[in-house]
Amino acid sequence: MSQSCRLPHGGRVQRSAPVRFFFNDKPYDGLAGDTLASALIANGVHFVARSWKYHRPRGIVAAGVEEPNALVQLETGAYTIPNARATEIELYEGLRATSVNARPDIEHDRMAVARYFSRFIAAGFYYKTFMWPRAWWPKYEERIRDAAGLGTVPDTLDPDRYEKTHAHCDVLIVGAGPAGLAAAVAAGRTGARVILVDNQPEPGGSLLWSTDTLGGEPAGQWIRRVTDELATMPEVCVLPRTTAFGYQDHNLVTACERLTDHLPLQQRAGVRERLWKIRARRVVLATGAHERPLVFGNNDLPGVMLASAVCTYINHYGALPGRQAVVFTNNDSGYQAALDLKRNGAQVVVVDPRTRSGSGLSMRAEQAGIRIIQQAVIEHAVGGTRVSGVRLQGHGARLPAGTESLSCDLLVMAGGWNPVIHLYAQSGGKPRWCDQRACFVPDVQVQPQISVGAANGDFSLAQALSGGVRAGIEASAQCDFADVSGKAPAAWATHASTESPILPIWSIGSGKAATRGPKQFIDYQNDVSVSDIHLAVREGYRSIEHVKRYTAMGFGTDQGKLGNINGMAVLAGVLGQSISETGTTTFRPNYTPVSFGTIAGRELGDMFDPIRKTYLYEWHVAHGAVFEDVGNWKRARHYPRPGEDMDAAVARECLAVRHSVGLLDYSTLGKIDVRGPDSVTFLNRIYPNLWDKLKPGRCRYGLMLDENGMILDDGVNLRLAEQHFLVSTTTGGAARVMSWMERWLQTEWPDLKVYLTSITDQYATATVAGPNARKVLQKVCQDINFDKEAFPFMGFKEGTIDGVFVRILRVSFSGELSYEVYMPANLGQHVWNLLMAAGEEFGITPYGTEAMHVLRAEKGFIIVGQDTDGSMTPLDLGMGGMVSKAKDCLGKRSLSRSDTASPHRKQLVGLLPSDPTCVLPEGGQILNAPSTAAIAAMQGHVTSSYMSPILQRSIALAVIKDGLNRMEQEVTIPLPDGRFAQARICSPVFYDPEGARQNVD
Amino acid sequence: MLVIRCPWCGERAETEFNYGGEADIVRPTDAEHLSDREWGDYVFMRKNTLGLHREQWVHSHGCRRWFVAERDTRTYQFKSYEKLGAHAMEKS
Repeated sequence: MSQSCRLPHGGRVQRSAPVRFFFNDKPYDGLAGDTLASALIANGVHFVARSWKYHRPRGIVAAGVEEPNALVQLETGAYTIPNARATEIELYEGLRATSVNARPDIEHDRMAVARYFSRFIAAGFYYKTFMWPRAWWPKYEERIRDAAGLGTVPDTLDPDRYEKTHAHCDVLIVGAGPAGLAAAVAAGRTGARVILVDNQPEPGGSLLWSTDTLGGEPAGQWIRRVTDELATMPEVCVLPRTTAFGYQDHNLVTACERLTDHLPLQQRAGVRERLWKIRARRVVLATGAHERPLVFGNNDLPGVMLASAVCTYINHYGALPGRQAVVFTNNDSGYQAALDLKRNGAQVVVVDPRTRSGSGLSMRAEQAGIRIIQQAVIEHAVGGTRVSGVRLQGHGARLPAGTESLSCDLLVMAGGWNPVIHLYAQSGGKPRWCDQRACFVPDVQVQPQISVGAANGDFSLAQALSGGVRAGIEASAQCDFADVSGKAPAAWATHASTESPILPIWSIGSGKAATRGPKQFIDYQNDVSVSDIHLAVREGYRSIEHVKRYTAMGFGTDQGKLGNINGMAVLAGVLGQSISETGTTTFRPNYTPVSFGTIAGRELGDMFDPIRKTYLYEWHVAHGAVFEDVGNWKRARHYPRPGEDMDAAVARECLAVRHSVGLLDYSTLGKIDVRGPDSVTFLNRIYPNLWDKLKPGRCRYGLMLDENGMILDDGVNLRLAEQHFLVSTTTGGAARVMSWMERWLQTEWPDLKVYLTSITDQYATATVAGPNARKVLQKVCQDINFDKEAFPFMGFKEGTIDGVFVRILRVSFSGELSYEVYMPANLGQHVWNLLMAAGEEFGITPYGTEAMHVLRAEKGFIIVGQDTDGSMTPLDLGMGGMVSKAKDCLGKRSLSRSDTASPHRKQLVGLLPSDPTCVLPEGGQILNAPSTAAIAAMQGHVTSSYMSPILQRSIALAVIKDGLNRMEQEVTIPLPDGRFAQARICSPVFYDPEGARQNVD
Repeated sequence: MLVIRCPWCGERAETEFNYGGEADIVRPTDAEHLSDREWGDYVFMRKNTLGLHREQWVHSHGCRRWFVAERDTRTYQFKSYEKLGAHAMEKS
């Protein structure tokens, strides 16, 4: 297809490099160097989108990140990107894009009918209309979301790779337009470390297509010379295609570098996007300015475009947006567009509400023979899928005869400029309204940064250059890089031109005209018009933040870049207050949308969180283990045999322990080595029980409390020597307990001589449990006497198994005769194999964490974090006797506070369901009687619940209000299916209450 | 993300640290003689300072040392840092 609107000469596109692309499934040709938007304009395509709510036809308005309309679904399948801005997409061979908000296509959009009802679906319509019946809201919502919505979220995994990098520099400069380049070269010459980021493919900004001269040099040549010089500076790093999207605390600027998006899909390789976290000593913001639209009726028609965008499309891309143009301008910027259009053969009429000023650009326009209608405004535009004409209105004067309406195919708007103050505002700064320039400008500096050029409201090239140089030198000097050798760039002389002041016009006509006439759009992307702001005020909204939320102004992918300031000004007008009083909404990161891939980086899947495996992991895999995550650990949960489900496997493993012997990998238990002359004093303060009398060679169970008296962790501690203990913690609590102990030692008791070392990973642990446990160990370990009397319960001994050092504890978490074998981690597999071989004649069975849980629940042993939840005291567990009366410890005083000491708290009890086949749901609420009321008095909840293979019935642990006084009473547990289970409160020890089994011969 | 200067290791990113709340809260040594209210004050009550706040930090992914910093809660600027060790030496 021909590029009917491509200019014969000019622009930075490569005329020898045609590019074929597809828009809404139609093939088009563009040129290398085009954006999708410029290529569409070169092909005469303006109608590219349907609006979000009213489905009105929309066209390309801008040429940069502020574009609100031309959102496309770029590519398909795994590579698809929803809501990409056509103005930012660099054209590549084979590119495919479709409009986002129209089905089946933009010409035949089913929802286009919505625009005829637009009067009835103003701001708040959905909330007001779809309130009743309330239960129907989910259905309404589904349909409304379906009708609105923007792009489509990809439904396949993103195949691209993303990464993150941290960088530090002296001076970070954001934006490589004239101000940014001047700052970079000035800072670079001092020797400071400089990073210059810019969101365009090449540095230069507006100078890339400028006809200005700098110090007598044409702009293009100046850019080349400056960037060449930057390239020779080893401490300067220039990052093109990199958008600084967030300004965080302590001068951290986050930026996204796009590395492959400009290439055809099949040529892309390596990292797609890189997240830069740049910590800068000084930041120079040279982010430029966005041009404001003007607000008049039907100002959203395709073919209505910003003046700066018109200049960019003509001069940068060699594409002519229209042949018969009306330029509506309230400042001198519009005249540049008029001149550029005229020079390229278009007919141009300028409509300017001001009186004739004789400023530089307007005089040039007059001299070029452009017709200028002064003291007039555009009341509204007319057209269908493209603007076809305008209706004019006098502004303080009568219209010249015959100018009430004009026809056109391009309507150019120049409403003034908004400095891009997003990063300044994110740095903590409050922008200040400047009446003279009619824009918000940066004010007080909060973090060490400075705004220069248009970003500072200094719109002339001369100001941009001098401000940039000054900022570059100052920022470097603040980092102790003085401009020592007189190498600072002199200011580059530029052509000066007189300018006449802007006449701000925020909307056309009175409030009535704004509400009754054709819609005057403020926020194109969210379909917010002047009438919506009037409505919001009528309904009582005053704050700009509330009006924003009521009307949706400033939401969406453009975050109000184009329309927000107009909206604030309109609101100020309606409220009869100044723009300064009205203020702005909050400028939040991100400046432009950032992909989830960039935020995630490589922290995905297995790289998201560390995975910890025990020395026996491979053995568990080889033996068919099913794993569960406990903290970061992968623990074997059970080992199903062919044909077994989990219940069957767990039952078999449990019965093996009860009847003969089982083997459990217990290595994940946290282990902390505590030594030093004050170890006993330290443990006495940390734990409620007394450690003085524990003899070397003995172990003791300890509960750990926080200062509120609540259980924090538990474990069995060994006294290895007078001044040496081995403290064990829960699997998930190891790091927390270590930090907890360190904190107290350092902050409160620095006088105690105690040394803590985490040794969790240094030891492997195997639990040998069951009536035959002793026989198994006796076969492999000859240098330890395992006799009942010689090796009593809660004792430990050291010896060897096949020459490997082992420390063996006689402790039990199953109620059976049980030993925990600690061995050096690297030899753990070897010892494990020997235990398995020795146990073969007894049918030794590896058992997993699930069987471990069942076995301990049968004995009423708690698991911290499952049966306790941060609100349980030792008294609640019936372990009050463990709290020594002889000394203070962390949390002890809290146990006598009125609430913690109350006998009516929730207490740990057992539950026997009336139906022995019913396994109560863990977390199930406990009621006194069945109830279907919306609110019923909750007595507690089920904490652990299993089918007990040895008892052949279901059992549960629960915490119940006043539970210890309610033995034998019936309670009710509602089930997820609506039924109720009955259960009887009992002792939490279900099996072998006398504890006889661990004393077997 | 803040930059925090560990008195032992120097400036590091906030991600290496953990916050420990208000500093200078001394654990009562005569807990059993305190009223419930006095003990509750120690356990639960914290100032909600607007302005300069003395607070504890730990360089948990570094030297694992606790220290005290003064930070302005309005601007997040740190004004000073001090080691706990110095304090302990004086005591002993």
